[in-house]
Amino acid sequence: MTKLAPVLSAHWDEKDSFTIAAYTRNGGYKASAKALAMDPDAVIQLVKDSGLRGRGGAGFPTGMKWGFIPQGDEKDHYLVINADESEPGTCKDTPLLMANPHVLIEGCIIACHAIRAKHAFIYIRGEVTHVVRRVNQAIEDAYKAGHLGKGIDVVLHVGAGAYICGEETALLDSLEGFRGQPRLRPPFPAIAGLYARPTVVNNVESIASVPAIIANGAEWYQGMGTEKSKGTTLYSLSGHVNNPGQFEAPLGITLREILELAGGVRTGHKLKFWTPGGSSTPLFTDEHLDVPLDYEGVSAAGSMLGTKALQIFDETTCVVRAVLRWTEFYKHESCGKCTPCREGTWWLVQILRDLENGVGTEADLAKLLDLCDNIMGRSFCALGDGATSPITSSIKYFRDEYLAHLTNGGCPFDPVKSTLFSGASA
Amino acid sequence: MTTTQENTTAQAVELITVVIDGFEVSVPKGTLVIRAAEKLGIQIPRFCDHPLLDPVGACRQCLVDIEINGRAFPKPQASCTIPVEPNMIIKTQLTSPVAEKAQRGVMELLLVNHPLDCPVCDKGGECPLQNQAMSTGNAETRFQGVKRTFEKPVAISSQVLLDRERCVLCARCTRFSDQIAGDPFITLNERGALQQVGIYENQPFESYFSGNTVQICPVGALTGAAYRFRARPFDLVSTPSACEHCASGCDMRTDVRRGKTLRRLAGDDASVNEEWNCDKGRWAFKYVTAVDRLITPLVRGADGVLAAASWPDALAAASAGIKGKRTAVLVGGRATTEDAYGYSKFARIALGTNDIDFRTRVTSDEERDFLAAKIVGSTTTYHDIDVADHVVLIGFEPEEESPIVFLRINKQVRKRALKVSAVATKLSIGVEKLKANFIKVAPGAESAAVTSLELTGKSVILIGERASETAGLLSTIASVADKTGAKIAWIPRRAGERGALEAGAIGSLLPGSRPVSDAAARVDIAAVWGVPTLPANPGRTTSEIIDALDSGNLDAVVIGGVDPLDMPNSATALAALKKSFVISLEIAASAVTDLADVILPVAAVTEKSGSFLNWEGRPRAFDAAVSDSLNRSDLRILSALADVMGESIALGTVTQAAREIASLGKWDGARVKLSNVAATGAKSISNNEALLTSWRRLLDLGTLQKGEANLAGTARKSVAVISPKRAQSLGVKDGDILRVSNSHGSISLPALVEDIHDDAVWVPRNSFGTQTLISLNAVHGDVVSVVKA
Repeated sequence: MTKLAPVLSAHWDEKDSFTIAAYTRNGGYKASAKALAMDPDAVIQLVKDSGLRGRGGAGFPTGMKWGFIPQGDEKDHYLVINADESEPGTCKDTPLLMANPHVLIEGCIIACHAIRAKHAFIYIRGEVTHVVRRVNQAIEDAYKAGHLGKGIDVVLHVGAGAYICGEETALLDSLEGFRGQPRLRPPFPAIAGLYARPTVVNNVESIASVPAIIANGAEWYQGMGTEKSKGTTLYSLSGHVNNPGQFEAPLGITLREILELAGGVRTGHKLKFWTPGGSSTPLFTDEHLDVPLDYEGVSAAGSMLGTKALQIFDETTCVVRAVLRWTEFYKHESCGKCTPCREGTWWLVQILRDLENGVGTEADLAKLLDLCDNIMGRSFCALGDGATSPITSSIKYFRDEYLAHLTNGGCPFDPVKSTLFSGASA
Repeated sequence: MTTTQENTTAQAVELITVVIDGFEVSVPKGTLVIRAAEKLGIQIPRFCDHPLLDPVGACRQCLVDIEINGRAFPKPQASCTIPVEPNMIIKTQLTSPVAEKAQRGVMELLLVNHPLDCPVCDKGGECPLQNQAMSTGNAETRFQGVKRTFEKPVAISSQVLLDRERCVLCARCTRFSDQIAGDPFITLNERGALQQVGIYENQPFESYFSGNTVQICPVGALTGAAYRFRARPFDLVSTPSACEHCASGCDMRTDVRRGKTLRRLAGDDASVNEEWNCDKGRWAFKYVTAVDRLITPLVRGADGVLAAASWPDALAAASAGIKGKRTAVLVGGRATTEDAYGYSKFARIALGTNDIDFRTRVTSDEERDFLAAKIVGSTTTYHDIDVADHVVLIGFEPEEESPIVFLRINKQVRKRALKVSAVATKLSIGVEKLKANFIKVAPGAESAAVTSLELTGKSVILIGERASETAGLLSTIASVADKTGAKIAWIPRRAGERGALEAGAIGSLLPGSRPVSDAAARVDIAAVWGVPTLPANPGRTTSEIIDALDSGNLDAVVIGGVDPLDMPNSATALAALKKSFVISLEIAASAVTDLADVILPVAAVTEKSGSFLNWEGRPRAFDAAVSDSLNRSDLRILSALADVMGESIALGTVTQAAREIASLGKWDGARVKLSNVAATGAKSISNNEALLTSWRRLLDLGTLQKGEANLAGTARKSVAVISPKRAQSLGVKDGDILRVSNSHGSISLPALVEDIHDDAVWVPRNSFGTQTLISLNAVHGDVVSVVKA
């Protein structure tokens, strides 16, 4: 099972893959035609049967989420696509939308039909202007071709670049024109989401996976992946690897296998630590090369599959430095709503900065861990939890390296050595 | 009877039993865990939680461990956001080490960025953060880093100052402004630890209810400009009191240090003001200590000059001026019930007359009959608004004229989309906020609109005192209410009017709803008062008293708390007073004391005990907040004066008066019959003419707001409002100066083009830069000319 299984990325190497012509040539918009002819409940059942789970991080079964939308309630329903891909290391939706925006649009049509929605909103992060242009063009082309505008409309909304707006309820607030801050649940979006109407919020990749499922059937999709994690997914490999990029493979592949496909860790170096699913998921080390990268496998090993953003760090990287940078990110992106995340990240950064500079004692590590314990599971949304993951996991695996900073009176690493330009002459 | 009614109307409440820290408690379905714990006396620390605001779960201070049906939540839950469920077992900090650690952890985090300036912070000593840091925090901090700092303070209005570094971002203030006041003028902005409360650019926090945000701020982030750095909470002596500013009847707390009132806070009364009050009630109290406060009696000598006199001399001079003379009584709507009762009894016994009227404002005979027939003894309450199917506002702007009534209606509008209709000429900010059905009528044409209202027995008609300015309107309301069974309530602006009505400070009524014209009623009261008979002729109204003084049919007048400038024809009133012997019972120099022959200084509200009846007729009793004042209540002075006159009214103390009022019993005889007054409709106008409409705003030139510059800073701008159609024909746009005039005088104000009847022009009645009654001597429905200045 070391082979790639390109479904979403099957045609990315075609020069015009992003055009409606190419998409149609490759069989696009046939799935939506097929779905529209089906009973909406049958579509939901098919997606349920396929075993597709949310690709945004939590892995919630997509069909089940659709099934939560109350039917016959005489209310407007909405589909919202979370394209606010902001997690450090995560880079799957951006290339997907650049290479094949129409698969998302077709997915929207199918999902809207299934949940009886007339409107889909794509909430995309503001920084990726090139993606915004591409998706806009695709929507325009889909209207011209008559795929949209006949009972189903798609609206593209560009966010202002806040990480918190990737949290689904904060995204809804932002979409409604408010400051993005997570909402109190219940009510859940399926009952009162966008404009207090039943709403499904799905990740780009989840919805983009739907057309192929409709076209090829649930059994085909179930045939890939592991027992509870079906299908294929995009693994985004970045960092100290020879050939970084997106690797679409069945769920359950291991990092060892992916690294083989990617030409291995930076030549002359060895793997030190990596994230299985972006910076909010606890770190792994070279002990975890054979952990099956599916929802259950990663969880059993003490982390989360998350967004499958595999950031690879070799032995030149100072883990304290890496963790501090991530923590600075969380401090900057904390929305400020709840105390643990707001004040905790403010404090964490200061402690980590001291540790990086060799200021402090071993007791500060205990303080740091206790502080993480007071943030983890105490904050309003998962952002606070995520902020503690790199810290607690890095201390678990690299406690000695933290202590080395203290005995060394500063960072024992040469930061240049971890850069791409290391070794290049000035 | 009452009990049975309650039993049948109360909805069956489903109770849910949960276990908290090993103790069972049963609470109504929907109760939050934090509230259920309170019922057991278990105090879970909290900041953002407030029982009258929607849960937000932001501060995370109230984390507890919860399990349902044996399944535990994986992490501690915010008890302020979770309603109880059957079979829930809750472990608070008292029994769960996890909850205890979580709470300590959150407290430590809250203090990370909070300055240690408690010794100079206004909140120090009464601060929920300080208190809970003691109960839930660690004595020593582990934080050795850099705290965030901000420029301080930031004035978010002329009344409210913000110290951002003290803020714990609980969002109580922003939620209050949005959810309760309907004024979302403050909001949280920025992110992370730099998140802060802010106003919109160049739009200050000008809400009539902004003071509540200062009171519910759990730290010293929001402070009142008037109180900042004035006192330490532990140096203040607090007295429960009642608000004297309007008829809403707010429960209050008055905080005094060394004989001086330093601040007033909203008190808790779930059935009246809940926990809120308006900024006028909170921040207008300096008039009590104003420089023009009267403290010694003054008697006008033969030289025409007022000179200080001893109490015996002053009382003797007063007695000499009125004994055996034809004397009337005017008592303003600010008097307490007991004081009004004193004036009422004084008029009947010491002066032998029914010539007494508390309505020293624009009024009508129709109103007097309406009050006697429909309002005295009536029992419409706030609760009726809570359960109404339709609330109708007639001649009444709740936000301006009785702000707590506004909050109560707003609560029901927000909670259950209560239907509200407003019969008015101009759409006001308040009516707009209530999402009311605005029934636009020309001034004077209200009656027709009232007859076509959809009403049921569950509807409530709220009538303002301005309804008396349209002939026939009160008659129409009475007949519509009779026909539909709708409840009516009369909401005057002043705190004492309902009490004065019940105390018989009006020519047609004796105390306790008893008609003067009813012999049995007179016998009732004469028996209580221990006098053989009472005068039988109904007394004169305010305008009749003024006319009689002017024409010489009356010789003298006893006046308490009256501003003649509140009356129409104020020039006539002043002229009439000038001709007469005037005894003035006042707290400060006024147009009346300028003309008075004897001035008897009286106690202000904070210096005496007493009670008001709010618009519901609910007694709002209070004690003297300033204990060592030498000033005495009107009642005590009238009693002394009556003694000097040899006509004792035997009301030496407020307690005595209250006991006597309580002993009067209910009147079960016939009520005054309302004789129908025909509606006349709107007057006709020609070119450049308009029908005047006008009301008083909450914050204006009212005498009780004297000296409150911070408060005045948030008053709404004085404008003249015309309709787009009129603006077009006059070639006027917003901000152009309009001249509103008649034969009496003129007012010039900036124009505001708004939703108002095309035939009308609106100006504020007694506001900054304009005193409509004095300048135009015109009331609602009168014809004025409107031109571009």
